[in-house]
Amino acid sequence: MLTKLWLIPLLPFIGFVLNGLFGKRLGKAFVTGVALVSTFGAAVVGTMAAFQYHAQYPEGERYVQTVFNWFTSGSIHADVAFQLDPLSIVMLMVVTWIGALIHLYSVGYMAHEDGYWRYFAYLNLFLSEMLVLILGANYLVMFVGWEGVGLCSYLLIGFYYKTDYAPAAGKKAFVVNRIGDFGFLIAVFLMFAYLGTADFGLVSHRAAAGVDAWLLTAICLLLFLGACGKSAQIPLYVWLPDAMAGPTPVSALIHAATMVTAGVYMIARSNALYRLAPDAMMVVAIVGSVTALFAATIGIRQWDIKKVLAYSTVSQLGFMFIGVGVGAFTAGVFHLVTHAFFKACLFLGSGSVIHAMSGEQDIRKMGGLRSKIPITYWTFLIATIAIAGFPPFAGFFSKDEILGSALSSPYLPAGVRYLVWGLGSVAALCTAYYMFRLVFLTFFGDFRGTHEQEHHLHESPATMTIPLIVLATLSTIGGFALAWHHTLAKWLEPIYPKIEGRESEFAIANEVPLMIVATIIAAIGTWLAYVRFYKRGLAADESFAQSSPAIARGMENKWYVDELYEAIIVRPLEKISLFFWKFIDAIIDGLAAMLGYIVQGFGDLMRFFQTGNVRNYALMLFLGVIVFMWVIS
Amino acid sequence: MSLNDLIFLLPEIILATGASLLLIAPVTGLRDSISAKWAMIALLIITAGSLLACSWAVPGMEQTAGFARMFALDAFSIFFKLLFLFVVAIVVLLSDDFLRESRYSTWEYYSLLGFALCGMMFMASGVHLATIYIGLELLSLSSYILAGYYKNEQKSTEAAMKYFVLGAVSSAILLYGISLIYGVCGTLNLLDIARALSTVVSNDALMFGVILLACGLCFKIAAAPFHVWTPDVYEGAPTPITAFLSTGSKAAAFAIFVRIFYVALPGFHLDWSMVLATVAALSMIVGNLAAITQESVKRLLAYSSIAHAGYVLMGIVAMNVMGLRGVLVYSFVYVFANLGIWSIVLMMKRHEYAGEKVSDFEGLHSRSPFWAFSMFVFLLSLGGIPPTAGFIGKYFLFYAAVQAGFGWLAIIAVLMSAVSMFYYLRIVVAMYLRDGKEADVTASGALKFVAAVCVVATIVFGVVPNDLIDQVSSSAKGLHNKGAVTRNATR
Repeated sequence: MLTKLWLIPLLPFIGFVLNGLFGKRLGKAFVTGVALVSTFGAAVVGTMAAFQYHAQYPEGERYVQTVFNWFTSGSIHADVAFQLDPLSIVMLMVVTWIGALIHLYSVGYMAHEDGYWRYFAYLNLFLSEMLVLILGANYLVMFVGWEGVGLCSYLLIGFYYKTDYAPAAGKKAFVVNRIGDFGFLIAVFLMFAYLGTADFGLVSHRAAAGVDAWLLTAICLLLFLGACGKSAQIPLYVWLPDAMAGPTPVSALIHAATMVTAGVYMIARSNALYRLAPDAMMVVAIVGSVTALFAATIGIRQWDIKKVLAYSTVSQLGFMFIGVGVGAFTAGVFHLVTHAFFKACLFLGSGSVIHAMSGEQDIRKMGGLRSKIPITYWTFLIATIAIAGFPPFAGFFSKDEILGSALSSPYLPAGVRYLVWGLGSVAALCTAYYMFRLVFLTFFGDFRGTHEQEHHLHESPATMTIPLIVLATLSTIGGFALAWHHTLAKWLEPIYPKIEGRESEFAIANEVPLMIVATIIAAIGTWLAYVRFYKRGLAADESFAQSSPAIARGMENKWYVDELYEAIIVRPLEKISLFFWKFIDAIIDGLAAMLGYIVQGFGDLMRFFQTGNVRNYALMLFLGVIVFMWVIS
Repeated sequence: MSLNDLIFLLPEIILATGASLLLIAPVTGLRDSISAKWAMIALLIITAGSLLACSWAVPGMEQTAGFARMFALDAFSIFFKLLFLFVVAIVVLLSDDFLRESRYSTWEYYSLLGFALCGMMFMASGVHLATIYIGLELLSLSSYILAGYYKNEQKSTEAAMKYFVLGAVSSAILLYGISLIYGVCGTLNLLDIARALSTVVSNDALMFGVILLACGLCFKIAAAPFHVWTPDVYEGAPTPITAFLSTGSKAAAFAIFVRIFYVALPGFHLDWSMVLATVAALSMIVGNLAAITQESVKRLLAYSSIAHAGYVLMGIVAMNVMGLRGVLVYSFVYVFANLGIWSIVLMMKRHEYAGEKVSDFEGLHSRSPFWAFSMFVFLLSLGGIPPTAGFIGKYFLFYAAVQAGFGWLAIIAVLMSAVSMFYYLRIVVAMYLRDGKEADVTASGALKFVAAVCVVATIVFGVVPNDLIDQVSSSAKGLHNKGAVTRNATR
């Protein structure tokens, strides 16, 4: 299978083609079969390839397979090539297996929806593009996948196209992502212009061989702009909360577990460049930490169950960027993996809650669901403990490693290290607080919905609960297993090319005290949520609004960032475009009309020569010859 | 003459014999047009097969030339011959409906097409001005008759008459040029001319010869100001023949143009390049601007083909590797886009003059979306918009011009390409944005096949051009090496 890497993205692509072309006609059973076979097939093939790779390259060398030469132009050479190395294998396992589980979950969740075939066609296409993104051996192939997943994200956010908000949310996601993609593209152009290649290995190699610092900083910052778009960081995070308009499994797969982590993957993949550009790393770390806290505060006062999780995702992505920004790339990827476990579990759990509540998403109308949907409750609780960061659940290990690395990073000045650690720790406190608020409001207390809803409450079918149980199990033991004996760190070691004085692994000082501090922080957050929401329920939210109305309103309205963008970007743009349309366009139209008259005149002139008379034609021939002879002699 | 010489000529011998047999076949009682078509296709296949066999049997083709060094079977000529065979095969498919509806003899028609092809193949292989001229005349004489094949249509006979008279004038000019060159050099072999010229200083007699030669060739490729015949002939001739004239016959003229100027005259590049650059610029300007005001699709495409002759001339003006490859690539991709367009035009209506007006295309999209899309692709390719193959061709030619220091010419070319999009898009607008009841496609299988092949090729060569570029590079190599050697000798 190792020699057939292209098969991995091809399988879901075939699924996309079959479902897209024939799904509507051949019915649900066909669609389900194609979707599941192609995704589980990709997962199995990917796993086999990973094992073969490990057997053949125990040292973790980069295995590149060129499918064909895409184009060669002058010194620029681009191949369609796939690669396997420890990092892409980590991503491959996460994407294929979680992707396959969520396909399984979707079979139950989407069973009663119109456009079942369309949903699975898009979802299969997404998986295919995501695999292209993580298996690509150069930045160009990566960009193909990068754009492809963006397209699928757009299509799936707008899946309920008959509503008002879903297509608008899709459009917003697409437009905001374009800003990031612009950065990515310019970075790739800079690589071609100054390094002459976009191949991962060669770029690292040539960068390490000595390039101007400004160039590396520019490339890294532009790549990070791309990452900000795809991975929803300040200032481009605004699309992700709106993206919750899509079906819930899509939120779990694309907007939590896989696509949004592409930016983190990309930076980890570019670690050789970043390690040579500490300034860029500082930007990444600071943006990550500010995003982590900022989004967490918004999450505290949302009532839509999916919105809370969306802001939580933005916040957790911030943590990952702290990791890669302080130089602890392994820690960043580690958190990416554990986050995929528990956040997918949380989203699928919320989907199960929404399913049980007949489509209701407002937690103010829930409450007391613990006994009604026990499997959902327990898995949701486990994932919450994991994200809050209690040992020995998955989130604890990765988050602790990120914050510990932030304090001892050799790349950042001391002040920045403490700032990043401080922001991250407060964000961790908020995380525990808003997540347990969500649990207490949803699963404890009295039921606050309608009788109709109460009557319909039911646990979800097995296709939905099995993925929940698997993910909850991973959320429990996944972190410990990967941290045990530094398994993940050792596995990823080969992806960091040796650069003199730029360590990829550094010792974390005061590891045990930091762990204790982290646990205490999580405990305080949980305790606060317990005191306020377990005992008082929704009343706690109201008393908060009364005691500090300004802050409450700010959080509720997402700190007015959408309004700010509207005022400083969207509206001025509209005015400028109006100016161009009404004024500049009129001038250009006038000029164009004038050109038309000139051409018309020219045409008339031509018609004068085009008499249709052979003698005139022959005369013109001779005149032409004579003029040229006269010119040359 | 040895046996080897005969092997060189085997494909042409087979073709000429076959064409003669086609001419006399009706005597034996075979009259129906279907067997004529299959006989013609079989002949083309046998010719192509023998060509491939010969190229395989004669190794090291770059150095070999048979018949007292008058005829070469090199990679360059094989590239063009295969292209010609393809064009004629497509024209046969395009002619099917036209021949079935008219009552004119099918066998004669195919026979003439065969002789025209034979002439083109001689042109591709000619390394001696006499061979080249004879090939050209064989092509031209057959073309004159084919252009007037609607014997009862005034427009068609008028086109044939004009084409013949002006063609004769241009042949005279060409011959005069050749004779002057012979007078200076004492030889007609291209390599010998180059060798002789390496010791000659520029003089009027030689320059007149070169200019006359160039003017004669410019007539054949329909470059301004020698283009006046083109719109009338393209409009009057039966549409399949127009397709043939605008692709195959033109490509053949480019083949000899390139070979003569790259092999025989590189030493005097400075003297003739300005003249040809002017012709190129004029062709692009006149062709594109005049096309804008045309209502008839055939005239519009005639003017557009004048503009395309201008683009290709840039590759000859540039006189470098890029330019040489550009001419080959462009001739190649232009064939697909152009034949594709003609196939769609033929699909539109099937009485004598098909798809006459731009307005005939109105509403094609709603009736036959795939063929409208194909037409769109062909037009994009002619306009040189990626990812179609036309972009690759233009890229080579423009780049060659810039490389050779003809930046101003490249700028004109780019501006005029932009202008050309205007009239190409007029057809697109008619197809997609206007409603009309006229546009109905009554496509026969053959036309559909041609259009489908062309649309696939146009996209494939645009998206993955590397194989084509490699092929062209190796085909052009022999020619350019010779040119380089001669130029070194000149210095």
